[in-house]
Amino acid sequence: MNIVCAGISHRNAAVDIREKFAIGPHELEETLARIRQIDGLAGAVIISTCNRVEYYTASVCPLRVLDGLRGFLQERTGVEDAPLYTHESPASVRHLFRVASGLDSMVLGETEILGQIKQAYAAASGCGATTRHLNKLFQHAFRVAKQVRSETQITRGSTSVGAVAVDLAGKIFGDLSGRRVMLLGAGDTSERTARSLVSRGVRTVIVANRTFDRAAKLAEEIGGLAVHFDHWPNAFDNVDILICSTSAPHPIVTRERLDPLLAARDGRPLFIIDLAVPRDVEASVNDLENVYLYDIDSLEQIVRQSLEVRRAEIVRCEKMIEHHVREFVEWTRTHISFLA
Amino acid sequence: MEGHLLTGATFCLLVSFGYTLFALGAGRFRPGVVNLVAIIGGFLLLTIDLKIRGQAQGSCPINSLFDVLVFMSWSTLLIYLIVGPAYHLSLLGAFTAPLVFLVLLFAQLGPVGHVVTVRVSRSPWVELHAALSLIAYGAFALAAVAGVMYGVQDRQLKRHKAGALLYNLPPITDLGVANARLLWLGFWLLTAGFAAGFLSGMQTNSVKFLASAMIWAGYGLILVLRRTHRLPPRRTAAASILVFAFALASLPTIQYLSSPK
Repeated sequence: MNIVCAGISHRNAAVDIREKFAIGPHELEETLARIRQIDGLAGAVIISTCNRVEYYTASVCPLRVLDGLRGFLQERTGVEDAPLYTHESPASVRHLFRVASGLDSMVLGETEILGQIKQAYAAASGCGATTRHLNKLFQHAFRVAKQVRSETQITRGSTSVGAVAVDLAGKIFGDLSGRRVMLLGAGDTSERTARSLVSRGVRTVIVANRTFDRAAKLAEEIGGLAVHFDHWPNAFDNVDILICSTSAPHPIVTRERLDPLLAARDGRPLFIIDLAVPRDVEASVNDLENVYLYDIDSLEQIVRQSLEVRRAEIVRCEKMIEHHVREFVEWTRTHISFLA
Repeated sequence: MEGHLLTGATFCLLVSFGYTLFALGAGRFRPGVVNLVAIIGGFLLLTIDLKIRGQAQGSCPINSLFDVLVFMSWSTLLIYLIVGPAYHLSLLGAFTAPLVFLVLLFAQLGPVGHVVTVRVSRSPWVELHAALSLIAYGAFALAAVAGVMYGVQDRQLKRHKAGALLYNLPPITDLGVANARLLWLGFWLLTAGFAAGFLSGMQTNSVKFLASAMIWAGYGLILVLRRTHRLPPRRTAAASILVFAFALASLPTIQYLSSPK
């Protein structure tokens, strides 16, 4: 029994091609039923995400199945000479294990793909489209992904400024529930960061913006409070995280201004995220006791460090995957089935 | 037999320490089962060792400086095993192991008197005084370890270092809370130990009394200042390390002055 894979991904196709190949949840059952009519194809699983569309099939005559898949896709999408990649065992097995482990993702080591593969497998299994070999393959892929994640650092750190800020907040406060955030300025990145913090349990968001209407609108959207920009020090008492992103040409939060505000905080830490350029917060504020200041450069530096750590882990991940590929291929050799 | 038990316990802690160093060197440290198993192994071996020596001496085995160091190591591990899981501070074990390893190594190889100098027929209050005081030292040792971890995490966060330590150390707020709570635990145990000493009516040397009072007052001052928010968590952490270093350094003097002349 051979595992055949055919697909496109962010590596070989732009979004205008990928969107033609995409299969929505409502089309999945019908598509699976259609491709199962391909001669020689015993079963199939379709993975369709924003970055890839892949068909995994079990077959004893892979060339015939690949021809059938090409014809089906050309008919369905209308794309001639689509940049389709195709793999047969063991390359197809290796490919799935790499995809499930996040090694083939646009953001190296991202973990969302594993959930998407699990959904795709569950959907195919629910339609009765999977076979013994495909069941074994996908169960093995989930195990590989779990091992790669837990035994290497391929998922270490975060790969976006907002996610790094949320991680750091966790390293300062632990549990974020009940924490208060203040936004000075309502830029896009600060808004996204605030939303991520809210999703992690932050209780209150106070928005101060030079244009009060903008502050009020954002506060309403994220369930926070709006204050007039000049009044932000009055609302600062219980703030744990301050996110700055104004377009002011000079620092707004200076050491001199912050010192008296800190005195009333009883030693609670303050995390300041300065996303503005020019910076809103004086660099010497980081020297204050219990204050942790990160500007856009320091956050981006952490993103780069995380990516470097992840890249350095690729070799270890590949070794682990190779071991599992051999194990799976060995299993298929000892479990020959013409009916799959 | 006891010698083998102690060597075994020291080896267990060396394994934990070595694993931490190796994993940190490889940049992929995660507190795990190796540290915990090694610490539990070390604790069990020390418990058996103390039991055998206690039976042989007919009293709590804290009758020489060697005994005191071993007992303090045991109490440090005991308190770690109690508070570590409660605060999800599994990495505390990785930091505790080297400290206890070095104390045990010093007890066995250093210029430490093994001769039992305080004989039996002591009042139970004196036994309680000594035992509680040494268990308090265990809590203070762990507070110092939490203080070191706080200092490391503070440095990582201040300098924007996103290394393995930052991701694996507990949140700095939790470390500050653990440091303060361990100081309180040690302080109340030491206070209870001193109360037992007073109740025993034992005669005490003025230098020993002064050194002990300084340690008690030092910790009391830290806690009062912390409670009234006049000592920030970072300085509390640093102070807990300094006072513990003083307490540890004064142990031989206190033990010497406790011996009958």
